[in-house]
Amino acid sequence: MELRYTPEEVAFRDELRQVFQSKIPAEIRRKVSEGRHLEREDIATAHRILHAEGLATPNWPVQWGGKDWTPVQRYIYTEEIQRNAVPMPLSFNVAMVGPVIANFASEEQKKRFLPATASLDIWWAQGFSEPGAGSDLASLKTSARREGDTYIVNGQKTWTTLGQHADWIFLLVRTDPAAKKQQGISFLLVDMKTPGITVRPIITIDGAHEVNEVFFDEVKVPVGNLVGEENKGWDYAKFLLSNERTNIARIGLSKEKLARVKERAKETPAGDGTLWDDPDFRRRVAIAEIELKALEITQMRVVAAQRSRAADKPDPNSSILKIKGSELQQMATELMVTVAGPYAAPMPSHSHNEPPVGPDWADAVAPQFFNFRKTSIYGGSNEIQRNIIAKAFLGL
Amino acid sequence: MDFDLTEEQRLLKESVDRLMADAYGDFEKRKRHQEHPQGYSPELWAKYAEMGLLALPFTEEQGGFGGGPVETMLVMEAIGRGLAVEPYLATVVLGGGFLRLAGREDMIPSLAEGSATLAFAHTERQSRDDLFDVATTARRTDNGWVLDGSKSVVLHGDTASHLIVSARTSGNRRDRAGISLFLLPADTAGVSRRGYPTQDGLRAAEITLEQVKLPAGALLGAEGEALPLMERVVDAALAALCAEAVGAMEALHELTIDYLKQRKQFNTTIGSFQAVQHRAADMLVALEQARSMAMYAAMMAEHPDAAVRRPAIAAAKALVNRSADLIGKEAIQLHGGIAMTMEYKAGHYFKRLTMLANQFGDTDRHLRVVAEAGGLDNAA
Ligand SMILES: Cc1cc2nc3c(=O)[nH]c(=O)nc-3n(C[C@H](O)[C@H](O)[C@H](O)COP(=O)(O)OP(=O)(O)OC[C@H]3O[C@@H](n4cnc5c(N)ncnc54)[C@H](O)[C@@H]3O)c2cc1C
Repeated sequence: MELRYTPEEVAFRDELRQVFQSKIPAEIRRKVSEGRHLEREDIATAHRILHAEGLATPNWPVQWGGKDWTPVQRYIYTEEIQRNAVPMPLSFNVAMVGPVIANFASEEQKKRFLPATASLDIWWAQGFSEPGAGSDLASLKTSARREGDTYIVNGQKTWTTLGQHADWIFLLVRTDPAAKKQQGISFLLVDMKTPGITVRPIITIDGAHEVNEVFFDEVKVPVGNLVGEENKGWDYAKFLLSNERTNIARIGLSKEKLARVKERAKETPAGDGTLWDDPDFRRRVAIAEIELKALEITQMRVVAAQRSRAADKPDPNSSILKIKGSELQQMATELMVTVAGPYAAPMPSHSHNEPPVGPDWADAVAPQFFNFRKTSIYGGSNEIQRNIIAKAFLGL
Repeated sequence: MDFDLTEEQRLLKESVDRLMADAYGDFEKRKRHQEHPQGYSPELWAKYAEMGLLALPFTEEQGGFGGGPVETMLVMEAIGRGLAVEPYLATVVLGGGFLRLAGREDMIPSLAEGSATLAFAHTERQSRDDLFDVATTARRTDNGWVLDGSKSVVLHGDTASHLIVSARTSGNRRDRAGISLFLLPADTAGVSRRGYPTQDGLRAAEITLEQVKLPAGALLGAEGEALPLMERVVDAALAALCAEAVGAMEALHELTIDYLKQRKQFNTTIGSFQAVQHRAADMLVALEQARSMAMYAAMMAEHPDAAVRRPAIAAAKALVNRSADLIGKEAIQLHGGIAMTMEYKAGHYFKRLTMLANQFGDTDRHLRVVAEAGGLDNAA
């Protein structure tokens, strides 16, 4: 048992750090660090820089631009990108649809989509959830009816994150209305410019436009855009969701946030000194850091175990990582609200000639705390994760 | 021991509940109220006045209705349920409390009829929730006072017609003695205000005082001895906030239970899952604990002995905060995505409860007050 990295791993880490800190614009990293909403251009810029550095899709097969890294190196990559407040390369592309295409699509589809997906020439959105199909995703109703060489898609998706920017969307659609739930579902790639698609914004409680409703009215999709086999889409979705859950732990991000919590607490006047002198506050930070350290080691154990697992097999521990990881992200955003104190209350000023009311980071703190309630809801809610643990692992 | 309301209190409760149901029952109306330049509807404020709510805490001799903390509790609970945006806490509970206790009866009629509104300007850049941390100064002159300093995140400070400002007349920044209060028209020369909306749909202001010249009579209460008065009024406000939180929690819990009965996943209502049921039940436990402590706070709010009153009020706020935290977060979680939207009411309750928990001290702070008092038994 050994916690420390080898000298080679340390060198690898330092090299990445160097790239992240020197290549990604400071303004974008500041926004991430302050928990501010990123514009399309911020995400695209960071993604393209990482891609140019060969660092957008390390977890893909080498043939398609992935890296022949060890599990530890992959872990270091994720940790460093988050700790340095670099926006993750677009997860819909890199962590979701890319691996599905690489694993299950035809050679022709791989050639057509993977390079553009890696470079963000195609911006993808995830079209899984529907108004009636959230946790019970398999009850989805959006249908694809086959007519010759095309599918005709009808229905509604919702909660489509950043769908307003998307060029393409990957959909779960029902292709066999007679089959039972999971069995009649297919995985379809759809160009957002196709006639019959309407995108409507949903504004979240933090005031952001991050999610959308997407409506499909007699949308014609070439049969060639089906991934894998018809009616096997659920298998691909399960593969995708399990990747999503491991990524969702975002330990590096929580670390970065807690580091900011401490840094700002040291600058925040309280009593005769600063908030960092307050033992009650320090105790709360300590609790968060202890939990985070435990999760970090849990994650490392998962990573180490992956050495002896087939690369394409998802790890059963992803539910544990999802539950704790989301809780810790929420805890960190909540601590930041405490640091801001009275300055968490003012709404951000929208006019550029009005300075922020409090410290310049403070107006983003409450919106992020509100927004991060989502982390225990999406990617399979934490209740669903507990059901998975109870049923699949505990045999209850 | 008696937890029943008197006939008059019952009538009061019915009428405020009705007012709030009319004014806020349709959630779209709240948005319309907020669109007024002052952030709330002047017509609705006039209705508060008409119903006597603005005169509630004053004695009959003062032109009021002789209501006490229990009456205030009933009004604040209704405000919490409605998620109301009127400056009742700032004007009536805080402002009215100062006027009443410092003997400024002359202003009560204009407050009661709704023409005067008040804001309590105490927070400063460095003070967080320490009422005694005051850097703003008041210097005595031949014919009055001159105030200099700035106040931050003053609740409804942008629209109040009058401000109650804490300022130091002697001593050092964090001395408990040497603080005085001043009552001044908000348009006094040298006062500048920058108003803005807050995360919970209310409004606040940054206030700068530059060479603000006040007559001798602007002093509210005794010179240099304002802290005990401030603590007393803030304790009454904390009791009121506890009641507001209970109203909001109750409405949010109801909303959640209704949703659990309607929303179907896996061919059944999500409320039929035992994992969900237990959490909904825990929310009710937290709500009833909070309700008890809001009542406790109301009954202790006017206790003359600060050594007894302060830990009791702090205990109530600490518990209410913890319940608000649990109920707010669970309500969002058990709703799922829908509660994350601006359109749906649940998120707005959550935001108000989050901000309310930080008003006049967060949980840690109030726990500390109770702990420093040696617990609660000493305070019984
Ligand atoms: C900000 C945000 C972004 C999102 N982005 C996307 C996206 O890009 N693409 C996409 O497809 N989807 C996205 N989602 C959707 C997300 O995956 C769903 O919200 C999630 O699956 C939960 O579904 P629901 O909101 O319908 O809640 P419901 O499924 O209705 O659940 C409500 C509550 O019931 C609980 N519950 C449900 N079933 C059970 C059970 N069997 N046992 C115990 N408890 C249960 C849930 O845990 C939850 O607490 C996003 C959601 C949010 C909030």
